[in-house]
Amino acid sequence: MTLSTRSDPVSYPFKDNLGIELDERYRAVRETPGMIRVQMPFGEPAWLATRYSDARLVLGDRRFSRAMSVDRDAPRLTPNRLTQNILAMDPPEHTRLRTLVAKAFTMHRMEALRPRVREIAEAALAEMVAGGQPADLVEQFALTIPVAVICELLGVPLTDRPKFRAWSDAAMSTARMTLEQFEANQSGLRGYIADLIAARRAQPADDLITALVEARDERDRLSEDELIDILVTLLVAGHETTATQIPNFVYVLLERPARWAELLADPELIPAAVEELLRFVPLGEGPGFPRYATEDIEVGGTLVREGEPVVIAVGAANRDELRFPGADEVRFDRENNQHIGFGHGVHHCLGATLARVELQEALRVLLARVPNLRLAGDLVWKTEMLVRGPRTMPVGW
Amino acid sequence: MSWNVEVNGRVCIASGMCSALAPDYFALDGAHSRPVHPEIAPDEVVLDAADSCPASAITVTEAGRVIGPTE
Repeated sequence: MTLSTRSDPVSYPFKDNLGIELDERYRAVRETPGMIRVQMPFGEPAWLATRYSDARLVLGDRRFSRAMSVDRDAPRLTPNRLTQNILAMDPPEHTRLRTLVAKAFTMHRMEALRPRVREIAEAALAEMVAGGQPADLVEQFALTIPVAVICELLGVPLTDRPKFRAWSDAAMSTARMTLEQFEANQSGLRGYIADLIAARRAQPADDLITALVEARDERDRLSEDELIDILVTLLVAGHETTATQIPNFVYVLLERPARWAELLADPELIPAAVEELLRFVPLGEGPGFPRYATEDIEVGGTLVREGEPVVIAVGAANRDELRFPGADEVRFDRENNQHIGFGHGVHHCLGATLARVELQEALRVLLARVPNLRLAGDLVWKTEMLVRGPRTMPVGW
Repeated sequence: MSWNVEVNGRVCIASGMCSALAPDYFALDGAHSRPVHPEIAPDEVVLDAADSCPASAITVTEAGRVIGPTE
């Protein structure tokens, strides 16, 4: 076992404003036995898991806790802290909430939604094309699809988008906010959701808000705060990530014309391409959710002591040569492409299947309708956001 | 009365949900998850796992009757 030094943690995330390139430093870290100590902008130092097997162990083993982070000075990108959220819970509390919403996101239900997702994608693209070239793929196509889908699923009026957009953007931002700004943003979003809940109590509808309201009111399965919190989380997490991955995927494919051509020739490869791109693109700016060891546990040759946090570099783990030979290549013929782009373990992304359907349909409609898609101007990358991707992406066709 | 637990390997996506939630009952040591024992004494956590599985790959039966995922 390597006795890694507990002093002098490395500043993290490694930040070079690389767009969606994976920082070169991960390679050396992954290939060195043991884990390194890192210091994120806020919170206590942590161990950094970069290898696939280590990441899966930490994410999938119950001896690692998310709930412990609530009472600790958890490693994080922003000064403000996530508390009282489904992402900061362990089983069985986490299970109680997760099972309530999981039924709305099963593979079966998401497949049933596919024709509607396709319709939304077709309409978004038609509108973008009608607006003429160049167009901004982010604003005019990528955002439209997941926002429309999550609004329909939850029962949030799409016409309210301008209302919740600023709150939602702020929730995904790493820009320095004062505590007052943070709280104003939180209460704006929570108040908005509370109003929608009140409206469904008065007049039920066929949507997820109504279903969760019934779970609360008739079966007492969750508290009012939890109800609001879960809906806020679904609304925010339900669109920004997918909206960012759509242009990321298009960017990676356009940089590799042979891959784009491969999909044009055989659209049946789209699901495999989506899995490969989920593996290849390091979406997160930094690991958002540290895990705390509830007992001494060895991870990749390092002894993590009880009470110490580990942060997981999902993007680096997904490029681990030991698990994915030729990991830095994009190819659609990988077998058992079990990337951890959606995480792993009890917090595995609730919306993973929905995201897959959206990403597949977005690519499908682009390949079918604008086969000559190309970059048509300078792409501007997001800064100070939890996810990495283009802020604007001018395209022609 | 015992319960039977099955994991459909063709639809399992190895999310790690069941093996993290109920490590006594599910193992993820290959390409997909498998029940540690196909026949178990009743335990609610197995129903939770079936309800939480993102691929709906887990089926729990009691005397041939499907009891999980619950609906």
